[in-house]
Amino acid sequence: MLKVNHLRKTFGPIQAVNDVSFHVERGEVLGFLGPNGAGKTTTMRMITGFLPPTSGTAIITGHDIVREPVPAKKQIGYLPENAPVYSDMTVWNYLAFIATIRGFTGCQRQERVGKTIELCRLESVKHQAIGTLSKGYRQRTCFAQALIHDPPILIMDEPTDGLDPNQKHVVRMMIRDMAPQKAIVISTHILEEVEAVCTRAMVICNGSIAANGSPADLKTKSRTYGAIELTLSSMPGDLISKLQQLPSAAKVETRDHSVTIYPRDPKQLFPDVMGLVKANSAWPLTGLKALDGRLDDVFRNLTQAREPAATR
Amino acid sequence: MDSIRNITAITKRELGSYFESPVAYVFMVVFLVLIGFLTFFVSRFYEAGQADLRPFFFWHPWMFLILVPAVAMRLWAEERRSGTIETLLTLPITMTQATLGKFIAAWIFLALAILLTFPIVLTTAYLGAPDRGAIMGGYLGSVLLAGAYLSVGMLTSAFTRNQVISFVLAVVICLFLLLAGWPPVTDLVARWAPDWLVQGVAAFSFMPHYEAFQKGVLDIRDFAYYFSIMIFMLFGTNLVLENRKSA
Ligand SMILES: Nc1ncnc2c1ncn2[C@@H]1O[C@H](COP(=O)(O)OP(=O)(O)OP(=O)(O)O)[C@@H](O)[C@H]1O
Ligand SMILES: [Mg+2]
Repeated sequence: MLKVNHLRKTFGPIQAVNDVSFHVERGEVLGFLGPNGAGKTTTMRMITGFLPPTSGTAIITGHDIVREPVPAKKQIGYLPENAPVYSDMTVWNYLAFIATIRGFTGCQRQERVGKTIELCRLESVKHQAIGTLSKGYRQRTCFAQALIHDPPILIMDEPTDGLDPNQKHVVRMMIRDMAPQKAIVISTHILEEVEAVCTRAMVICNGSIAANGSPADLKTKSRTYGAIELTLSSMPGDLISKLQQLPSAAKVETRDHSVTIYPRDPKQLFPDVMGLVKANSAWPLTGLKALDGRLDDVFRNLTQAREPAATR
Repeated sequence: MDSIRNITAITKRELGSYFESPVAYVFMVVFLVLIGFLTFFVSRFYEAGQADLRPFFFWHPWMFLILVPAVAMRLWAEERRSGTIETLLTLPITMTQATLGKFIAAWIFLALAILLTFPIVLTTAYLGAPDRGAIMGGYLGSVLLAGAYLSVGMLTSAFTRNQVISFVLAVVICLFLLLAGWPPVTDLVARWAPDWLVQGVAAFSFMPHYEAFQKGVLDIRDFAYYFSIMIFMLFGTNLVLENRKSA
């Protein structure tokens, strides 16, 4: 549905996006992750036809955004960063304007606008000027603008930015509900969001792709993937040394009453630790937890290693 | 058909937002009061007792010089500043449709302000029998002149997100185009510059074309002049925007 081929963008001496290629199929939700200034927004701006790429292109359901921008843009719903909407218009008038340009007329337009307002829970403010709305409602108005024509491709730059926890949840649910019929790309700084809605995550750093895979795949690159955490009411003297002697354990860390064993061999560690625990039934064990890795670990590993380059 | 629909939608939206804000009304009042003041008190139109609107039309190019760039400066600069340019230009419209829609809306607004001066025309009817053709021609020339200024202001507005810079640039360019063909200036320059240069530059000026309309002479060449200025400036606007949308 969406194919991005070798996108590149330079602003004078700044290489904002450097050879980014990926594709997104129907039913997929791709999450862009990356530190500030990584090039997420710039990539989205090129895909949506706002910025001309320095080289490369994006193919939107068969239409090249550079060579046939209008048919390509028809297939896209775009929620830009910071939700820029005309502040002097009312929500209703603004959405009616967008609907007109999206090709709806007459009562079909009224119906479309009404439905979208309902979907995005904007009824209470529909006749209010957008400039007088709170940030969250402005964000939702812009979200509505992106959805009004039910586009097959949805590009959203930090869609839950500025929303309260309930609204964040609502938006995530909406994205999940829409996902089967659409190809969706979102960017976010909230890692739980990636686990909650994305089928695939892509870490961008300094303009290029540092990792691309399902959230579960990415988590396997985490230091804590396959690690085991034991909690005990007191610390028996022989515990640490016995754990350290396990061939499948790489490192053992203690903190207060808990011990974390990092794996050398993630598959073998769990049975090994279980065996030890069974053999030493005198250990005052109160809890045992297998950790499945944390995205923020992976994120930090992938992006911090390159930080010196980022400061230029 | 899509293009007509898109241009109309943008024009309507723009016009709506003019009248949504107090700026539009302030502009109209300032324009009408100023033109009335200049015509009646500075040019002593009433005392002259002639049913001739020349003292009225004389002031238009000078008033527009300040007022039209003031309208034009926000056209793109404001979209840039607020970021709405990004939602606008990722809609399935072409750059030309967006520019034209905005241009037409601002032009309609200016034409409306100009037409609201009709009480002055009624005064001439009271003073005597004015030349209807000259009045119609004068108004037509004035609206076209406003359009030409507007297209200049639109181009400078596309250049920068700073409205003050956009305003100043537009005033300077319009002033140049105005003075290049204004007899007091051309006479002065003709003393040292070669004749062909003076004539060549004057050919680009608004003034001779504007004055032709006031005599009630509708020459296709004057229309062509104004429209080519506008098309040239709008084309330039497109080009600038294509290259520096996010700047
Ligand atoms: N119009 C522009 N002119 C010059 N440089 C720009 C422009 N737009 C973006 N950049 C640069 O491109 C790089 C990528 O910016 P971009 O906005 O894409 O980052 P991002 O990943 O969206 O960051 P954030 O998480 O903060 O939103 C940055 O170094 C930025 O300074
Ligand atoms: Mg960004």
